[in-house]
Amino acid sequence: MRAFGSFCFDCIKLALRGRWYYWLWLAVLLAGIGVGARYYGGQLVEGMVVTHLSDQVNWGLYIANFIFMGGIAAASIVLVIAAILYQREDVSQAALMGVAVALSAVIMSSLYILVDLGRPDRLWHMIPFIGRYNFPYSLLSWDALVLNVYLLFTLWLTGALLFKNYRGQGVPIMRRWVGIAAIVFVIGMVTVEAFLLSGYEARPFWNTAVLAPRFLAAAFVSGPAVIILVLQVVGWFEKQRAAAPAIDLLATIMQAALLFNLFLVGVEMFTHFYTQGEHAISANYLYFGLKGFGRLVPWIWVAHGLGVAAVCLVLVRALRQRRILLNIACLLAITEIWIEKTMGLVIPGFIPTSMGEVFEYMPADAEIFISVGVLSIGLLVFTVLAKIALPIVLGRVRYST
Amino acid sequence: MKWLGFWKTRSKPRRKERLLSRRSLLRRGGWLGSLGMLLGGGLAGGARAATDEGSAFSDSIGDFFQKQYQEMTKEEIQEAIGRIERKAKRRYDVDIKVGDAPPLPGVVFGFALNLSRCTGVRECVEACVQENNLSRSPQVQYIRVVELKKGSLDLHESNHYYDTEKVPLPDKIYMPMQCVQCNNPPCVKACPVDATWLEPDGIVVTDYDWCIGTRACMAACPYSARRFNWADPVIPKDEINTDTHFLGNRPRERGVVEKCTNCIQRSRNGRNPACVEACPTGARVFGNLLDPASEIRYVLDNKRVFRLKEEAGCDPKFWYYFD
Repeated sequence: MRAFGSFCFDCIKLALRGRWYYWLWLAVLLAGIGVGARYYGGQLVEGMVVTHLSDQVNWGLYIANFIFMGGIAAASIVLVIAAILYQREDVSQAALMGVAVALSAVIMSSLYILVDLGRPDRLWHMIPFIGRYNFPYSLLSWDALVLNVYLLFTLWLTGALLFKNYRGQGVPIMRRWVGIAAIVFVIGMVTVEAFLLSGYEARPFWNTAVLAPRFLAAAFVSGPAVIILVLQVVGWFEKQRAAAPAIDLLATIMQAALLFNLFLVGVEMFTHFYTQGEHAISANYLYFGLKGFGRLVPWIWVAHGLGVAAVCLVLVRALRQRRILLNIACLLAITEIWIEKTMGLVIPGFIPTSMGEVFEYMPADAEIFISVGVLSIGLLVFTVLAKIALPIVLGRVRYST
Repeated sequence: MKWLGFWKTRSKPRRKERLLSRRSLLRRGGWLGSLGMLLGGGLAGGARAATDEGSAFSDSIGDFFQKQYQEMTKEEIQEAIGRIERKAKRRYDVDIKVGDAPPLPGVVFGFALNLSRCTGVRECVEACVQENNLSRSPQVQYIRVVELKKGSLDLHESNHYYDTEKVPLPDKIYMPMQCVQCNNPPCVKACPVDATWLEPDGIVVTDYDWCIGTRACMAACPYSARRFNWADPVIPKDEINTDTHFLGNRPRERGVVEKCTNCIQRSRNGRNPACVEACPTGARVFGNLLDPASEIRYVLDNKRVFRLKEEAGCDPKFWYYFD
């Protein structure tokens, strides 16, 4: 108990002590949060009319970001699986960074759902037993459940890993069940998020079984890509050589997932364009434009271009081993997945509507700034977590009796 | 007749009667409920008194802790209705009457529409807007009439924005669409908080005070029948229909979803919906599916009817036909 008190105290101390660039970065993030909060205030006061969402396209940037962050949150735990179930002790330090990314991403994911609500003041209606929770019929109720359980899981895992390190027990080899739980979470999170879209007969573009595998592939691209970048940034600030074995492992995972993702996109394109059924109308809109409307066309082709470029970079061993090229590949891959999830998946599901109306959507300023605000909150959480975690993991801060 | 067997099995119990409403509030609401009673009681001089006087503040507290419609006792519904009426008075300076007519036994409503007769004048749309207190700005309409080229019913080739002045064009047909009141409604499944459900008389209703605005029901609806209040609804004071129903055309707030209720405030009192009355060509037929002598049953038994998007598996109670 004394150890835990001292742990909490040291954590706060670590979070509040930093060089000027630490505070500058926090100030930038707080400014981002401030801008987001200002626009969200506007959305609360005036209603969702400040967005460009409509009865035709009723989900947009928020839900897309929710899915994107959900994917990152799920896949970021992959190093934990490797460390525990494959006994890769050489990646266990990096695994902690992955858990921190997962924790921040799951917070962002939940916030993106929250800002999408028309009546956040009534959120208590969703609390089981107090409100009415339409479980298991509503897919959103599954989402809420998975997000909350995963949030608790990552919180516990972060705390447990840090605390054990703090007490000088080294980076612990966790029990096997943690690794198995992590696998269940990766697949469960991603699948539930895919089902949120694919569960509607009304939206033929989403109503496909390949959506869940596609989400899984995309998650294993964006998650590892983010962690590769994070490990290097953190390593650079701490004047530490970034954990090379972890980066190699992540690059391998990303390479396979990128290829598989591209394959699944191709499979879907075949089904759409060879048969030209109702599901193909949205795909036509997305890739070629429909009835003179085609705002998403450049986005999706650029996204697939970036995807192919990223594949080329990570596929060739000689290129992959040059850090700068690997980093570029990561950035390309993250952008690719983000566009694919937003412009390429959520929005065309609503275009045309189930009654055949073509009504286009582009995010409003309010949506963009609120999204930036949520992103800033996530980055703030991660920055503070990393600031606390590194000295503990590197053994600079220890419990002394 | 496949559609005949369904409604009895699908309908949920209308509401659980609870005599001890306060105790049940405490039990169900836990500390939130107690806090609400404390706040409401302390600041407005007792929850019971608050319902009689009803300051804006005590009403907003009452609104916050208001239960889902199906869970409310009769008294709780009356209290809620009091709050709704006072709110309308404050906001529009109009005395509205909020009814709570229950579903009639032995009645399941059905709709039929004669496409040969529809001339696309959109008078149903206008009548619906007036009757149901739909927002004029931003514009909300439950009925969408589309123009189709003769020879195809492909909605993806439909014109949603045709010019009402020029109808009917000789080479076109006109197809009004609204909520089809499914027996297997995907919107009800999608809602995470049970804010929308199928009533025993076959109407899919929404509790506007329970909806949290996820819009999952809108994503789930194959008929694009649901509307969201993106901003505060604006209705001119003198155009407000004061004859309303709790689950129907009472004034709505922003941030919640609404939809066609077959004019529940009318149909449960034995009247036709406004769109049926307004149609100048008599293209619309509305009535009780369980009554063999009803006009709707005559149409279903004698005309060649079809339903839109039957393949979506929702089992709608809205038929189209030509004659």
